[in-house]
Amino acid sequence: MVAQNIAFGIIAAITVAAALGMVTTRNIVHAALFLVAVLGGLAANYVLLTAEFIATTQVLVYIGAVMVLFLFGIMLTRAPIGRIPQMTGATWPVAALSALALGGITVYALIDRFGTDSLATDNTVFRTADVSDSVFSQYIIPFEAVSVLLLAALIGAVVLARRD
Amino acid sequence: MLLNQFLLLGALLFAVGVYGVLARRNGVMVLMSIELMLNAVNLNLVAFGLQHDVVSGQVFALFIIAVAAAEVGVGLAIVLLLYRNRKSIAVDEFDLMKG
Repeated sequence: MVAQNIAFGIIAAITVAAALGMVTTRNIVHAALFLVAVLGGLAANYVLLTAEFIATTQVLVYIGAVMVLFLFGIMLTRAPIGRIPQMTGATWPVAALSALALGGITVYALIDRFGTDSLATDNTVFRTADVSDSVFSQYIIPFEAVSVLLLAALIGAVVLARRD
Repeated sequence: MLLNQFLLLGALLFAVGVYGVLARRNGVMVLMSIELMLNAVNLNLVAFGLQHDVVSGQVFALFIIAVAAAEVGVGLAIVLLLYRNRKSIAVDEFDLMKG
């Protein structure tokens, strides 16, 4: 239990630091690499929560596919690779205030409601087979809807991005 | 481990993502911040799924990963189209709706 808490502390510190680095760095490629660190930290958190299939999917889909997509987007929009002086708009104080207010209210509400409730770690550990059983029985309609959504997104992206 | 440590981490990441969406000028950076917010929600879903002993939390996290992948594909296509038409992806320069 202690080892898990130490692991969580290290992972959480890295994740939050990388997230802050992502929204404050002036170099857009560095921001993409910071996002990789955040996504990796979250995958480690899923392992701590005994959701190893979600962790694997996170690594495959996000760090593998989505990050390549982002780097292609950076490349195709000819973003300057070095430091960009104007990365944040003039509205950043309002944005910081909104984010602080939202974060503060959420943190207060969570501490007020859940306090020091300990995580029920003696519950069932859901194996990948349980997840797939649920997806293909109880959630079969949403699963099919997601298939159609991915097809629609694929066609939409091709139609939007192609040159006439 | 406490339930709250995961929920608080999710809340912090979500707030950082909100700041990124509101403050960043680059369209690709805005999309990255949206990904950060979606991931923060995923962490909450998995934590609550474990707490309440249901597998639905993990299933919904999987659905959100799929929807986020679709969203980033279409979003980047739109950003690319904006760049091709206006030679800029600074989101605060698109004020065509202003009277």
